Amino acid sequence: MTTLTYATRDSATMLGRNLKHMRRYPSLTLMLIGQPVLLLLLFVYVFGGTMGAGLPGGDGRADYLDYISPAIVIMTVASVALSTAIYIAKDATEGIIDRFRTMPIAKASVLTGHVLAALVQTAFALVAVVAIALLLGYRPGAGVAGWLGAVGVLLLLGIALTWFCLALGLAAGSVETASNTPMFLVLLPFLSSGFVPTDSMPAGLAWIAEHQPFTPIIDTLRACLEGTSPGADAWWAIGWCVLITIASYAWARRLFTKVRAG
Amino acid sequence: MNTHIAAIEVAGIAKAYGDNAVLRGIDLTVPVGTVYALLGPNGAGKTTMVRILSTLTDADAGEARVAGFDVRRESEGVRRSIGVTGQFSAIDELLTGRENLRLMADLAHLLRAEAAARATELLERFGLTDAADRRAATYSGGMKRRLDLAMTLVSRPRLIVLDEPTAGLDPRSRRDLWQIVRELLADGVTIFLTTQYLEEADQLAHTVGLLDGGRLVAEGTPAELKAQAGGETLDDVFLALTGHAATPEIDDELEEIR
Repeated sequence: MTTLTYATRDSATMLGRNLKHMRRYPSLTLMLIGQPVLLLLLFVYVFGGTMGAGLPGGDGRADYLDYISPAIVIMTVASVALSTAIYIAKDATEGIIDRFRTMPIAKASVLTGHVLAALVQTAFALVAVVAIALLLGYRPGAGVAGWLGAVGVLLLLGIALTWFCLALGLAAGSVETASNTPMFLVLLPFLSSGFVPTDSMPAGLAWIAEHQPFTPIIDTLRACLEGTSPGADAWWAIGWCVLITIASYAWARRLFTKVRAG
Repeated sequence: MNTHIAAIEVAGIAKAYGDNAVLRGIDLTVPVGTVYALLGPNGAGKTTMVRILSTLTDADAGEARVAGFDVRRESEGVRRSIGVTGQFSAIDELLTGRENLRLMADLAHLLRAEAAARATELLERFGLTDAADRRAATYSGGMKRRLDLAMTLVSRPRLIVLDEPTAGLDPRSRRDLWQIVRELLADGVTIFLTTQYLEEADQLAHTVGLLDGGRLVAEGTPAELKAQAGGETLDDVFLALTGHAATPEIDDELEEIR
């Protein structure tokens, strides 16, 4: 077999291992899906009536559901990525990464196995969360192109955030730290166009919200799901995702060679 | 592995972490088919030596060849030749014992039928058959250690590196592990192990290296070392050559006697 087939086979082996972990640790998976669903229910039913009325041209709860559903979907992606930090930190502290590193296996397979598993889990989580949003009355106007665009954005974001969380998990040094440091990823969408339009915020905060990566990503997803053109936001979204992926990949690879069990 | 070359050849290996010199120039040779025990107290540099030999850490200076391969320039060759069991049980606790072994077999690119047979064989050999389909998290310390070693053996390495293989084990589990090491040796496998237990080195090793403060202060067969220091046990040897006992607990006891 060639190097590439070995690399593929080793990554597939690692994917299988990580999927087994997810099946055996269902409480974590349930929490990852439960968290965005709970936020959706809270925002739609508790705050939604008032918030929806405050949207430009908004009329109430149903409009607010339409407005925040893309943000909730994005939070779901972030939430699953977060679990990757916990899984990789567990691998690192338990010494199994040391073992893998003394074996003649494709170097990147341990990390790519985690990324692939996270993407599979993200797909399941997204189906669940979108299904609940649809049940609550969310009605995206997207056609085939819009849905394809939405899947594309979510895939890019999933890859970017998973690599980022792998690096954070490897940098953490303990499972406890690894479960805390990426938390800001779930909070950051609140400081974006996800829950309220940025122009309703004070000037300084609005500037931050408009320039942080989640805003163009959420706006792009929202446009795709509404079936409109995202325009320049799409390029910003792609740019941020690619940048985060490349930087995190390099960082994670570097940290991986310095792992020490203990 | 070539039989006419040494399994491990180390010359002038040094390693420091910041200002802390952990290894200060180590030279040692391990002939094929023998057991070498690196004996020393906590902090002597044993684990650092293991990490350098198993390609996990680069040395600052010196040369090390494992199975004929340079650990730095030919690390893939080293990895293909060795099996390593580290100080911490490197098992996947969410998987069963059998699944852990299958994982190793898959990563060693064994065929499916061969992988299944190898897992079953090793489970039996290590007394884990009854626990094979239970999650490793439920295993006792001794069982985890045995599974850990079994995982190392899946790919049939001819050179095995064990970092404190019996640390924290009860006497019975310790003797079981010694028996396994002797069986491997009978199969012609070369073994490099570290230990803080003098009895362990005495029981298993052809050659014992006394590591203290990052230096190899003495080396020889257990009998040679005892003769050299004029002591009955390796404990006496360690005290004679280093001025302190091998384990802190013994140091404390000596303190009380004085």
